[in-house]
Amino acid sequence: MTVTEAPASPRLRWMTATARMVIDETPRVRSLVLDVPDWPSHKAGQHVDVRLTADDGYQAQRSYSLASAPGTDLMLTVERLDDGEVSSYLAGDLRAGDRFELRGPIGGYFVWTPALDGPLFLVAGGSGVVPLMAMLRARAAAAVKVPTVLLYSSRSAADIIYRAELERLAAEDGTLKIVHTLTRERPNGWSGYTRRVDRAMLDDVGFSPALRPRIFVCGPTPMVEAAASTLRSLGHAANLIKTERFGPSGR
Amino acid sequence: MTEPPISRGFRGRGRGDQSARVPPGQHLVTDFPVLSAGPTPEADLASWRFTLEDGESPLAEWSWAEFNALPQTDVVVDIHCVTTWSKLDTAWRGVAFDTLLEAAGLSEPPGPFTLVHCEGGYTTNVPSEDLVDGKAMVATLYDGEALHPEHGGPARLLVPHLYFWKSAKWVRRIQFLDAEQPGFWEENGYHIYGDPWREQRYDGD
Repeated sequence: MTVTEAPASPRLRWMTATARMVIDETPRVRSLVLDVPDWPSHKAGQHVDVRLTADDGYQAQRSYSLASAPGTDLMLTVERLDDGEVSSYLAGDLRAGDRFELRGPIGGYFVWTPALDGPLFLVAGGSGVVPLMAMLRARAAAAVKVPTVLLYSSRSAADIIYRAELERLAAEDGTLKIVHTLTRERPNGWSGYTRRVDRAMLDDVGFSPALRPRIFVCGPTPMVEAAASTLRSLGHAANLIKTERFGPSGR
Repeated sequence: MTEPPISRGFRGRGRGDQSARVPPGQHLVTDFPVLSAGPTPEADLASWRFTLEDGESPLAEWSWAEFNALPQTDVVVDIHCVTTWSKLDTAWRGVAFDTLLEAAGLSEPPGPFTLVHCEGGYTTNVPSEDLVDGKAMVATLYDGEALHPEHGGPARLLVPHLYFWKSAKWVRRIQFLDAEQPGFWEENGYHIYGDPWREQRYDGD
């Protein structure tokens, strides 16, 4: 038995974040570039807790994935939900210069580091692309050339987050392939998929199970449930499929 | 302690949530979010077994039919997920942990700590005293219906007074231990105990 002395873990403390820049990604999604003094760095895929304080002291707290690669400007990308108490502020009323608190980074499981081997298969639904974008940005920053595919499902072309940057990343790197599918629109001239992520698509776009790709799936619960089960039935090992879900099951 | 910065223009609307039933940093939901680290396992009830172990020694084992023949308990409890949602008055049916001990011929847990093992390799650790005296069950029904796989069916642990990751989905085996052994999320930066009322979300909280 190996006894490892766990390092004393200091409490993750709340830090003040100041929005330096606000970027409208889509009609419902915004990225915030943040100044956080003393940010301790993070791994791609990790998240933070955000806490807002109203002028009467009322507070509200939620978790958001980080969108930025380690060592670059800290970025959150937030989808405004119709009933979202915190998202309607972060992706609505907030302006550059406004402040809130965050703490993190959190999570040691749904993470990618340049040391990971194997092909990388990323499957995103909607704003589930955010932690996967952090992975693609980290991969590009580290100039890692593991063969990588992002399969990204959006409602419509206008809902695709990071579209231009994804195109640029793929154009600059022959080992990266980006595949879009649209579930509610078939625009003129669109040559990509126009249906929900399904078995044939995962089989066509992804890597053979024999290559033991590392798979990260993030999106709304029903989409992640379906994709993860299908990937297993295609022969991918359960321990190579990491998932992050948001929202209710709908059941 | 310094005052938190005011987020200019943030009003919020959860003040009504701040009842005595909602722990700090939580907000109420009416739907039932799903969080799991990997694919949802498919259960084969014919081969399903639920096991109690003392260290490496088996204490008792039940098939699905035997498990469902044990005395059943109904509870209505509030649940609190570390990702900050809370849900009030959730209705569960299953076998109380006390009933399992009794059925195994035990008057008390044989060790002070447990490691809870699930289909798919997920684990979580819970002190034995947090499972006894009506504080926990192995639930098989939610809201009067068979527990759906994505919510942990066919059976999940229910320890509602701790953050909900302790209520492990797809539970198959509870192992009593003399020393505390961190489970999956506890190894990945989450709090070893996870009391929502003390906001023990992460290691060091």
